Amino acid sequence: MSSKHTLDCSNLLCPMPVIRTQNALKELNEGDTLEVICTDPGTLSDIPTWCRINQQEVLSTEEVDNQIIFYIKKTAN
Amino acid sequence: MTQANSIQTSNNAPQKKRKAVALISGGLDSLLAAKVIQEQGIHVEGINFYTGFCVEGHTHAIRKKDKDKQKRNNALWVAEQLGIKLHIIDISEEYKDIVLNPKHGYGANLNPCLDCKIFMVNQAQAWAWAEENGFDFIITGEVIGQRPKSQRKETMPIIARESGAEDRLLRPLCAKNLMPTLPEREGWVDREQLYDFSGRSRKPQFELAKKFGFDDFAQPAGGCCFLTDANYSAKLADLWEARGERRYELDDIMLLKVGRHIRPKPNFKLIVSREEGENNFLKGYKKQFTSIHTVSHGGPLTLLDGSFDKEDIKLAAQIVARYSGGKSADAVTVQIENFNGTSYVMDVPPMPAHEVKEEWHV
Repeated sequence: MSSKHTLDCSNLLCPMPVIRTQNALKELNEGDTLEVICTDPGTLSDIPTWCRINQQEVLSTEEVDNQIIFYIKKTAN
Repeated sequence: MTQANSIQTSNNAPQKKRKAVALISGGLDSLLAAKVIQEQGIHVEGINFYTGFCVEGHTHAIRKKDKDKQKRNNALWVAEQLGIKLHIIDISEEYKDIVLNPKHGYGANLNPCLDCKIFMVNQAQAWAWAEENGFDFIITGEVIGQRPKSQRKETMPIIARESGAEDRLLRPLCAKNLMPTLPEREGWVDREQLYDFSGRSRKPQFELAKKFGFDDFAQPAGGCCFLTDANYSAKLADLWEARGERRYELDDIMLLKVGRHIRPKPNFKLIVSREEGENNFLKGYKKQFTSIHTVSHGGPLTLLDGSFDKEDIKLAAQIVARYSGGKSADAVTVQIENFNGTSYVMDVPPMPAHEVKEEWHV
């Protein structure tokens, strides 16, 4: 059964949000969703790139105020 | 064994598809090194190490003046160009010992390049994941003579030996200038398709990039590490001198990248933001530092680092006022906020520009 998880990367700068996302996804099961909250604008490029090259799926990206929120589905190990 | 994991040899016996871990910095050399090996049918995955001193990322993420610059992590970009997985590893804590106690000494600044390379290769080899997944060898983008300290012909064997990688460390761009490594001797890699680059000129790399069709790549001046930067190294040396000991936390080295650093007295310094982006970044440290901001006029947020008394705070407030919109006013009201949240205000005359001594600027 898939589950939802949240990772707060507020105030972290490149590449820490990517590292935290990478490490958090390692702990999840295939099908789980990870919500990642970021404030570094660099993540708009970095997190989707990391997901593409590591075969993870970005379901959606939201920008609210100064926050960028990614919803990532773990699709592979 | 699946077909994807094997290749056929001339006698039709299946041969294991070899796997290499490439140290990806985000620069051109490591991009090319990985590509050269990929071209030989080797499965390549990348590792990128985060030391805390990486040039890319932080500054352009903070400063408004760099807002229009493309914000990308070059190591990730390289991996995507190569179509390989990239594993970014935070080694900032373990890396402290390399910066503080480099066995082979520093380069022109506080850059411990040789120890750094040994450490990274060793980490790559020791990385449990790499071993578990049956990686056969390590690739780096080193070129003999490219860097004065770490990339000399004499130091190449030192890196191989002290890292523990021995002859499983392959430098595809200069391999022909070195003894054949295990991947070459075993025939996993065709030595004839490797290169013999040497020296500081990067022309051969640019030509190889053109051959592979890469025309957009990072060319960081002085490498991709802040420790090769003279100004940054001076700030780090100043920090150690002021503290009377050589140590740092990750926040310390982040803050060395931000703002004006002004040390009017040995016991404390000011970190004065230069613009809105830095202001916002420094706000995140208000619970760790005493901070000063101007109330009567627009002005920068400033953190005070060190130990200081009331007179020191007054001096700091005058300096802050000098960088505010009230620098020509008779008095500027500033608010001093302690890291525990208590605060008070004071009126100070802005320090005249000529009294902010040049030698105070770290």
